[in-house]
This record gives sequence, structure tokens and C-alpha cells, in this order.
Amino acid sequence: MTESPSRDQLFALYERMLLIRRTEERLRDENKAGNLPGAVHLYIGEEAVASGVCAHLRESDMITSTHRGHGHYLAKGGELNAMMAEIYAKQTGICRGMGGSMHVADFSKGILGANGIVGAGFAIATGAAYSALLAREGRIVVDFFGDGASNQGTLMECLNIASLWRLPLVFVCEHNRFSEFSPASTVTSGEIVDRARAFKIPSHVVDGNDVVAVWRAAQDAVERARSGSGPTFIEAHTYRIQGHLEAEDLFLGGQYYRQATEIESWKSRCPIATTRKQLESGGAADAARLQEIETRVMAQVEAAVGFAQASEAADPELAFTLMFDGQTP
Amino acid sequence: MARKRYIQAINEALFEEMERDPKVILFGEDVELAIMGDCRGLTERFGRDRIRNTPICEQTLTGMAVGASAAGHRVILHLMFSNFIYTGMDAIGNQMAKMRLMSGGQARLPITVIASYGGGGSNAAQHSDTAYPPLLNLGGINVLTPATPADAKGLLKTAIRGNNPTFFMEAGGRGGEQGDVPEGEYLVPLGKANIVRPGKDLTLVAIGSMLKPALAAAKALASEGIDVEVIDPRTLVPFDSATVLESVRHTGRLVVCDESRERCSAASEIAAMVADQGFGFLEAPIKRVTVPNVCMPYAPNAEARMIPNADTIGHTCRALLGREATV
Repeated sequence: MTESPSRDQLFALYERMLLIRRTEERLRDENKAGNLPGAVHLYIGEEAVASGVCAHLRESDMITSTHRGHGHYLAKGGELNAMMAEIYAKQTGICRGMGGSMHVADFSKGILGANGIVGAGFAIATGAAYSALLAREGRIVVDFFGDGASNQGTLMECLNIASLWRLPLVFVCEHNRFSEFSPASTVTSGEIVDRARAFKIPSHVVDGNDVVAVWRAAQDAVERARSGSGPTFIEAHTYRIQGHLEAEDLFLGGQYYRQATEIESWKSRCPIATTRKQLESGGAADAARLQEIETRVMAQVEAAVGFAQASEAADPELAFTLMFDGQTP
Repeated sequence: MARKRYIQAINEALFEEMERDPKVILFGEDVELAIMGDCRGLTERFGRDRIRNTPICEQTLTGMAVGASAAGHRVILHLMFSNFIYTGMDAIGNQMAKMRLMSGGQARLPITVIASYGGGGSNAAQHSDTAYPPLLNLGGINVLTPATPADAKGLLKTAIRGNNPTFFMEAGGRGGEQGDVPEGEYLVPLGKANIVRPGKDLTLVAIGSMLKPALAAAKALASEGIDVEVIDPRTLVPFDSATVLESVRHTGRLVVCDESRERCSAASEIAAMVADQGFGFLEAPIKRVTVPNVCMPYAPNAEARMIPNADTIGHTCRALLGREATV
């Protein structure tokens, strides 16, 4: 039976979402200022999904993520300073400056990596879940992916295996309405969740901008995975507020693929603002608590940028020692 | 030491390593029935958790190998035919080969992929490729090409214990051939070539399935007074350049035999390496003996026309030495 998050849990969810939001707003600005060497794909507007799901995970549980992976990384407990330094291409980065924004990973926290190949997480998560099944240590795996990735054939292959082998795996489809620059209506047929139903995998379709709804669905899915009942599929409907990547206007050259009014209408459904409203209802003490959170988060983001800027540039020679374990390329 | 078939040596290595380390698992299509012979008896001994049939979905299987190894298992993925490397290529090229670097060295991927290569069985174009050349270009993948039962056992055991993604390429036509195989613990290091037959007139590097015809050619040439040094590199990544260069230094001539197609073959890479680092040793051009740039045809006579054999290898060696055949 699913419950709802306690008030303290809701505060924690709010703080996690806010940390992701403020981090990415800063990345947006740093990108615009030309301070980041590579592209960043931002998760702004979708924070409730990663936060609501990862709230149920243990450090030993594993996730696979996407090219839009900063939110998953932070929600699963990845360290902010190390991620920021990575995006700044510094030696102190979580991947020592060798991976960048699209590959932030912290294996010690079960974050098997953001991934630049759309849909690559399906098979990696399925393999990790098979390993978890055999190890019988109670670990589970969450596979985050988008509606765009749902059109990769490996989704079908992995749903098949996950169902057949009753893997401790939760598929989380973040339906953000866009496959890079193509609206979902132009590239995706049917309902994505029906793909899971075809393999007899239980599913939830939730409002991905409602952190409580996500949290409740994930509670059921994680419980099923942990108890050996097999995979669950969650389709969370949300919206990508930013472009496919920052600075896309430069190469879109005046073309557009969505209306400004559509973006504005989704901004009015901001998951963080909605949660804040719920929490403000508690009066002055809660308002003060929210302010503390805002101050703490901003300080963390500021400190992370400072850490990244002060760190040494990546060491190019490292590439030669990192190709293999104990062997030169 | 006992006489064993190549496929038995592989089977022995799998048994020993799965016995040794409970974290070793093996999966692939129809591995429980062991239709290739190399997995015979494993299911009965180790059970369905550790030996598991999968659906036919190579794109997913290669990705699963990455996930299961990242999560802590030692994975053996049986891909059957090396042509299926192409089917599973995304996770090989974009994940397996790159994850260690991309993660700043966090990822440790103990993966051994077994795949059988080569023609000669009228299996036609989609089951007869020697599909290791694309792997050589990926960077983060080891490629092993055992030619003998002993090396099959020793290299496979080393691969399974290693922490890097490694392709163990089974010489397809070699399954029934016998050789002496050391009992029990026997490890062959990666990157250590074997001088199978010492000689002074010409260096003949023979990869995997090409060792047998190369040795037959060397024997025939010896009767004509040509002394060929035959080198089995054993592994293509890592590659033992030093042994090949040292050989060419004293022979001055190099022929490389490889069952992959000529263009961008492993033979091409070895030829380029020697031209680059051993040009001063050479007294003649480097020659490659490979499958021509065609797909493998079905008809046995057409297939035989494409695959290098003792005659074509011998002919190339003689031509390089300016000698006509004496028979």
C-alpha cells in the first residue's frame, strides 16, 4: 500500500529539487558566458522525477542515466563539487575531466553514468539488475530514459528480459515531449507505457511535475523490485523547459520547433513552485525553513563553482592510463 | 599434459575459472545446450543462475555485459559467431570500449566475449567473417586470437581473471584439432607472442586460424631450403611488437597471414607497424596474405579460393625471396 511522503520528507524532496534547479540555472548562465567547454543538456522543469524516484533508493542501489543527467546524479547523492568540476573539465572532476557533462558518474554511489547514447541505459541497467538478482543483496536498479529513447529497439529487448527474468529493475520514462528537436507527436506512436504492458510489466502513468505523485509511484515500484516481484514501468509526464542543449539558438538560426506559449504554460506548472506552495501553508516556521533551504542551496552552488574554477585543468596524459586497467593502450 | 581438442581446452578453462570464482557468470544464446561445444556440462555443474540462455538480442547482450560487470560480476558473453559483433556493436564501441576512460577510471569491466570466426564451413557470408579488425580500432578492447588448444586454455583463463573488456576469438575451423594442454593452472600472458618455428630467411606472422597453414607452408619451404620463422602473436591487443620487430631485424622479410579481409586487416596494422618502426631492417616489401576484399561465398570451391592456405602462403614467401616453386 502506498503512502504519501511525510512533511519532513517533502522538505527533503523540495531541497533536492531546488539543488538541481539552482545548479542548472548556474550552468545555463555559465554556458551563456562561454565558461564551459562542452554542451550542457539541462533538466530544468523535470526535477520532480529524479528526486521523487531516488528518494526511495539506497546508496548501494544503482541507476543509469541519460545525456540530461545532472539531476539524476544529484538526486542519487552524487557530490556537487565533483560534478561541477567535471563540467568545467578539471582534474578534480568526478571523471577527472575525461567525461564531461554527458558522462557524469559516481560508481561508488551506484551512479553508473550519464550517457551520450540515447537509450544505452536500457541494456546496462538490465545487466546490472541481473547482477543484482544473482547477488541477492537487496540491491535494485533504476533506468532513467526519455520518450525519445523509447523508440530505440533495445527498449523492447530489455522489457522482454526484465519481465522474463523478474529483474529488480524500475524503468522510468521521463516523457518531456521532445526527441532532441522533434516533438513527440511527430516521432512516437501510441502510448509509451503500452510497450511495457505488452510484456506484462505493471506500470504507473504519473504527472511528472508532481513530486508526490512520482514519489508514490516509485515507492510501489521500488518495493516490488526489492521484494523480488520484478520490474515496474513508470511513465512520468513532464516538460523540457530548456532547449535540447544550451545555446541551440545559435544553430537553429531563427527556426523554432515549439511555441513560446507552450513553454510558458509549462513554466506555470513548475514542480518546485508547486511544492513550495504546499510547504508554505504551514505558517511562519515553514516559511523560515524554506528560506534556510534556499540559502543553503545557493551557498552549495556558489561553493561548487568556486571549487571548479579554482581546480587544475584536466591532465591530458591521463587518457593513456585510463583506457585499460593496468595496461597501456 | 594431455592431448585435447581446442574446444575441450576452452571448456576446461571455463570450468576451472567458474569453479575458482563464484562471481564468474556466462550468458548468451543457447549456451545451456552448448551447441558450440565449448559450454558443455556447465549448466549441470553451475546451474541456471550462472549459465543462462538469453533471447536473441545482441544489442542488449553486449550492453548487459557492461551493466553486469559494472555491478560486480565477471561476465563471459558468448556471442556464437563473430558476425554478431556487428549486431551488438553499439554497446561494444560506445560503452565497453569507452566507459573506463569516460568515468575517469571508475569503471572496471571484467568482460570476456567469446566469438567464433572464419570460413571453411559453407556457412556463407553472414557466419564466416573474421570480425576482429573493427575491434582493434576501438581502443579499449583486448583481442585474443588463440591458435592452439594450449593457448586457448591459457589465454581464456587470463582473460576471465582480467579487468578489461576482452574478446576471445575462437578459430572457427579449429574446434576439432588436437594439441597438448597443460593440466590445471595454466595462464598465458596477454601481449606475448610465440615464436612457433625459428628461422632465418623470412618472418611469417600467422594470426589464429592461419597458424596451421603457415606451419605447413614453412615445412614445405624448408624442403626447398627456405628457413621461415613462424610467429604466432597470440593477442592482437595488446600486441607484441618487440618480438616481431626483432625477428624482422634478423630475417629482413615479413609476410603476415590473417583470415580477415585485406583492407584494414590486422595484417595491415602489423605491416604498418613494421614499416614504421622497422623500415631499416627490411630487404623486401612487406606482404599480406589475407582474404580478398570480398564477402565469403557459400560454394566450397569459391570459399577455398578466398581463404589463405599453405599453397598461397608458400607462394607469397617464395616470391618475396625471388624463388620459384621447385615442384
